[in-house]
Amino acid sequence: MSITLQVNGVSHELDTTPDTPLLWAIRDHVRLTGTKFGCGMSMCGACTVHVDGKPTRSCVTPVSAAAGKAITTIEGITSPAAKAVQQAWTALEVPQCGYCQSGQIMSAAALLEQNSQPSDAEIDAAMSGNICRCATYARIRSAIKQAADQLA
Amino acid sequence: MRRNLSNGHQGLVSSRRDFLKLVTTVGAGLTLAMNLPVALAADAAVTVTAGDFEPNAFVRIGTDNSVTVIMKHLEMGQGTFTGLATLLAEELDADWSQVVAEGAPADAARYNNLNWGTMQGTGGSSAMANSFLQMRTAGATARAMLIEAAAQRWKVPATEIQVSQGILSHAASGNSAAFGELVELAAQQPIPDAQSLRLKDPADFAYIGQSLPRLDRGKTDGSALFTQDLQLEGMLTALVAHPPRFGGKVKQFDAAKALVSPGVVDVVQIPSGIAVLATDFWSAKKGRDLLSIDWDESAAFAGSTDDILREYRALAEQPGAVARTDGDATEALANATTVVEAVFDMPYLAHAAMEPMNAVALVNDAGCEIWNGEQFHTVDQATVAAALGLKPEQVKINMLLAGGSFGRRANPHSDYVLEAAQIAKARRGTPVKLVWTREDDTRAGYYRPLYVHKVRAGLDASGNPVAWEQRIVGQSIGKGTAFEAFIVKDGIDATSVEGASTLPYQIPNMQVELHTVDQGVPVQWWRSVGHTHTAFSTEVIIDELARAAKQDPVDFRLKLLAQHPRHLGVLKLAAEKADWGSELPKGWGRGVAVHESFNSFVAQVAEVSVQDNGSFKVERVVCAVDCGLAINPDIIRAQMEGGIGFGLSAALLSEITLKDGQVVQSNFHDYQVLRINQMPTIEVHIVPSAEPPTGVGEPGTPPIAPAVANALSAVTGQRFQHLPLKLNS
Repeated sequence: MSITLQVNGVSHELDTTPDTPLLWAIRDHVRLTGTKFGCGMSMCGACTVHVDGKPTRSCVTPVSAAAGKAITTIEGITSPAAKAVQQAWTALEVPQCGYCQSGQIMSAAALLEQNSQPSDAEIDAAMSGNICRCATYARIRSAIKQAADQLA
Repeated sequence: MRRNLSNGHQGLVSSRRDFLKLVTTVGAGLTLAMNLPVALAADAAVTVTAGDFEPNAFVRIGTDNSVTVIMKHLEMGQGTFTGLATLLAEELDADWSQVVAEGAPADAARYNNLNWGTMQGTGGSSAMANSFLQMRTAGATARAMLIEAAAQRWKVPATEIQVSQGILSHAASGNSAAFGELVELAAQQPIPDAQSLRLKDPADFAYIGQSLPRLDRGKTDGSALFTQDLQLEGMLTALVAHPPRFGGKVKQFDAAKALVSPGVVDVVQIPSGIAVLATDFWSAKKGRDLLSIDWDESAAFAGSTDDILREYRALAEQPGAVARTDGDATEALANATTVVEAVFDMPYLAHAAMEPMNAVALVNDAGCEIWNGEQFHTVDQATVAAALGLKPEQVKINMLLAGGSFGRRANPHSDYVLEAAQIAKARRGTPVKLVWTREDDTRAGYYRPLYVHKVRAGLDASGNPVAWEQRIVGQSIGKGTAFEAFIVKDGIDATSVEGASTLPYQIPNMQVELHTVDQGVPVQWWRSVGHTHTAFSTEVIIDELARAAKQDPVDFRLKLLAQHPRHLGVLKLAAEKADWGSELPKGWGRGVAVHESFNSFVAQVAEVSVQDNGSFKVERVVCAVDCGLAINPDIIRAQMEGGIGFGLSAALLSEITLKDGQVVQSNFHDYQVLRINQMPTIEVHIVPSAEPPTGVGEPGTPPIAPAVANALSAVTGQRFQHLPLKLNS
C-alpha cells in the first residue's frame, strides 16, 4: 500500500506495508542510510530519529504511525542544538567506529533542545538508551557539555 | 562526497613502471565519487613477486593536490586510517588537509601484514607496528621524486629544495609549487632506492606525536558508508535462518508461504541454513519468519554451560600440557608457608559490534566481488575462492568501514562472508546483501571461549612469592584454522595461555599448564584474546598474595617487576596519577592491575564505590600506557578509554550461556553491555617513549576487570573468581 512520509521536509510516497518499521522505510525505501540498524527492539538507540521533534526509536515504530508526522533524520538536522552537537562531536573526536553515532547525536540534540544546560545525571538519563560498543561515553558526556556551553 | 570507499580507481600498482604510468594518467581522477563500481576486478588483478617492497602501492598524488593514502588495514574505530596516513604524510611533508584515505584491495603480495608473513589482514594490534617503516618509506619515496621533478623544472640542485605542508620551494630562486603541479614530472623520475632515502630524525617530526584530526570523517552526519548502507543496482537483501543448535543441518524445509510473502524474491538453501532473498530487509525478515524448517540435529551440540563448567573444573584438578616450567612449582608449593588457591571461571562472550555482521556479494562469470568491513583479506579471499571454485584473484574484495569488530570480522572460517558468497552464487548476476539481525549476531556463534583457571601460589615465611601453578582449561581458537601451525605448538595454543605463560613477576618456581577441550561451540578471538582471561586470574591472585604477605599491592608488584622496566614505568605512573594510598570516601575501594599485551604495557587503577544495598559502581579509572613512540596521543587515549569501557562490559555485565545446546541470550536486553550511566571517569597518561610504536586497540582491555575486582576486594574483603563480577550480599 502507499504511505506518505515526511522526511527532512520532503514528502515521499512509499509502497510498503503499514507494519514496516520506520527504520526500514527510511533506509530501504527513502534510501537515507545515516539512521542505523542495531538491535530491532529499541534496546540500543542506533535508529533514533526525531518524530515531531521527539527522539524516537524508529526500529519499533510502524511506518503507519509516522505517516503525516515530521520526521527528521541525521541527514536533516539543522537546529542550533543539533549543529552545536555535531561540532562538539568533531572537536572532541567522539566517534570511533561511528556506527552508533547518528543515534547518539539525535538523542543528544533532542536533549539540548529540551534542556540547554543538562546536569551529568540528566545527560546519563537521556543517553543511557544509546549503546556504544566502542565505549565513547566519556567523550559523549564532554561533547554534550561543550555543545551546551556553546548554546548558552 | 564520501571518502574511504571503493577500490574502483585505486592505484593498482604492480610495478615501478606502473607507478609512473599511474601518476601520469590518473591526473585529477582522485576524488572518489559515491558510485561504487560493480565491475569485477578480474581484469584489474595484478601479480607481484611476494616480498617485493612496493612503497608506491600506498600513495597516489593528483594534479588536484590530493594525496590519497591506500590503507591496507581496516578502519573499525581504532583510528588506523589516521595513524597510517600520519606516517606517510610525515615523510612526504604533505599538508594534512590534502590527505584522503582509501581502502586497499585484497592483494597480499603488496598489502600483507608484515607481522603475519604473507597474509593480509588486521588484528593483534599490529597495524602501526608493522607499517611504521613501510608507510614512512612510501612517503619519503614520493617526496624524493617530487623534489627531483622540481629540481629539473627550476634547474636548481635538489639538495636546495625544501618541502613543507604540501609545497616545494627553492629559496634562492624564489620558486615554489604545490605537489599537484609537479606530479607529471615526478612520475618520470626514477624511483629512488629505498636505501638511498633518509627518514626523518624523530626530533624533526611534524605530525607523529601530534593529535592530528581523524581521517575517517562522515561519522557525525550519517554520510560514512558501512556495509549495511551499501546500495547497488538490483541488489537483494538476504536473511538466513540458521540452525538453532551449532552443527545442526537442514533436513527439509517448506518455503511456500515465504515465497508468496510480499517482496520475497527467492529462497535458497546454503550449507549454513536457508536464505530468504527479498527486495528489502523487512520483507526478507517477514519471509524468514514464514519458513518451516525441519532440522537434523543428530550431530548438533547439545551441552549446557553448567555441564561445561563441571567438566572443566574436574580437568583443572589434573595435570595438563605444559606451557611453561621454571624450577619446581609442586615442590615449592609443598614447602610454602602460605598458599593461596582459587578456581576462576570466565564465560563465553559475544563481540556484539554495533553493526551486526553483514556482507555484500556479487557472483558472475568473472568471479566474485565482495563488499565488507574487511578485516581478513587473505583468508576470506581464499575461503570464498575455494568454496566457489574460483582462483583467489577472481575474488575481489572492497574494504568498507566497519561498525566495530573487536575481532569478529576476522573470522578464521570466513563464516558470514562465505555465507554471503554462497547466497550470491545461487543468484548469479544479482548483488546480494546478507544482513544478520542482532539475534543472529548473538546466537550464530563465534565467541570468546569459556575458560576455567585453577591457580595455586605460595609465599615463603618472609612473604616472598616462591611458587605459582596455573592450569587453564578451555577451547583452542587456533585449532582447525589456517593459523594452527603458527599458533599451536606442541599442543599448546599460545592464545589460550598468553599472559599467564608470559607472567613477568619474579617467582622462582612456576608451572603453567593447559587442557585444550574440543567443544561444539564456535570460538574466536575477542579484543585482546587470551589476555582477556589470563590478566584477570593472574592479577587477582597477585593481589591476594600481596594481601597474604601484608604488603601494599603496588609495592608488592614493583618489587617483583624489578627486571621489567616498562611494566614498572606504567605501574608507577598510574599509581602516582591516581594518588595511590590517599584517603577515599567511605565505602570506596581502590584496586590496581598491570598487564602487557601485544607488546604494549598498561596499568590501571580503578576506584569503586559500594552501596549499602550491595550494588557497586566503578567511579574512576586512571590508566597509564606505554605503546612505544606515541603516533597520535589523542587516538591512544581514545583506545584506552574504549578498551576500558569494552572490558567493563565483560567485567560487570556480559555473559553468553548455553542451555541444552541453545544460546540463552539473544539481544541487548539479556546480553547486556556497558551504558553511559555505568561509564567511569577515565584519565589516560602516556609514558614518553622512543621505542618503536606498538598497538593500542586491544591492550587497554585486559587490566580493567582485575583492577575492579581488586578494588572491590579492598573495600569488601570478598574474593572474586567469576566474571561478570558479583558481590555476595
